Amino acid sequence: MKKLLSSPAVRVGLSISVATGLYGVSFGALSVTSGLDFWQTMALSLLLFSGGSQFAFIGVVGGGGSGIAAMSAATLLGMRNGIYGMQLNALLHPTGWRKYVAAQVTIDESTATSTGQTDPAEQRRGFWAAGLGIYVLWNLFTAVGALAGSGLGDPKQWGLDGAAVAAFLALLWPRLKGREPVAIAVVCAVATVVAVPFVPAGVPILVAAVVAAAIGWFSHGRSDEGMEPDVEPYREHHHRGAET
Amino acid sequence: MSLWIWLLMACAFAYAWKLVGYFVPAKLLENPRMSRVAGTMTIGLLASLTVVNAVASGQSLAADARLGALFAAAVALALRAPFLVVVVVGAATAAVLRMLGWN
Repeated sequence: MKKLLSSPAVRVGLSISVATGLYGVSFGALSVTSGLDFWQTMALSLLLFSGGSQFAFIGVVGGGGSGIAAMSAATLLGMRNGIYGMQLNALLHPTGWRKYVAAQVTIDESTATSTGQTDPAEQRRGFWAAGLGIYVLWNLFTAVGALAGSGLGDPKQWGLDGAAVAAFLALLWPRLKGREPVAIAVVCAVATVVAVPFVPAGVPILVAAVVAAAIGWFSHGRSDEGMEPDVEPYREHHHRGAET
Repeated sequence: MSLWIWLLMACAFAYAWKLVGYFVPAKLLENPRMSRVAGTMTIGLLASLTVVNAVASGQSLAADARLGALFAAAVALALRAPFLVVVVVGAATAAVLRMLGWN
């Protein structure tokens, strides 16, 4: 145990677990005030387990969108986890049942913690420390938030709709490094506003996804654009994937 | 009940994405287009979700207290506030603006 705690990757992994796990509180509270019940909220944290996709699902439902639109937005946002899976598989080579467990905890933060290390043993420790640590704390704090949120009464009186806006902006913010991601964000924001009056609630988000995918497909730029964790495990910025 | 079905499907697809990465040949990773689309889509979706939650109510657009929350959150982020602080700032701003009569 002492030896594990002296590993730099494990220490980074645990501190990122606390920072990320804590904001499970805001997810839990916003989820129950968006109209999901306690167990639906917990199912998202236990089974879906990817912050951006979970916020997307409840954001669409809370805005009056259909279940299928919520599922689509969450699924499209989850695509990047597949890319992370490829990177981590090449890096860690998990075998047998470990592959299936590793897949579930493959998210922005565990990937960033792992790829930020250079020693293979540290890469492995960092991935598991961050992945499992966040999984446990994220679910714990989701439950806390969901229980607190259901006792709040009128969510608007507490400004919880403002909290949702702030949460999405905070998820977007770390990915806006440089001029190009800002341009993509602005174009997609404008496309969304234009689409709102013409299509059912929830669909404008999918319109923006198509626009963003087209930009990515036809333009040339950094291949790891937008692949930044919500909470940066290492202070100095580095391009993940470049060294792997 | 039908929300449960879409919710569980979203969970299944999310796990499928993650798992796919561990089973496809590493050669696919060398195609930068795939990872670029995943990245630009992440930015586009989050930008869209931010805007929808700030100004859409159903199929109409509205300028209400949520716009104040968006602005306050941006200021907090520019000052490098941590995630949870940003969320609380957004909530507090919307709540205070509503109390002052801006719905």
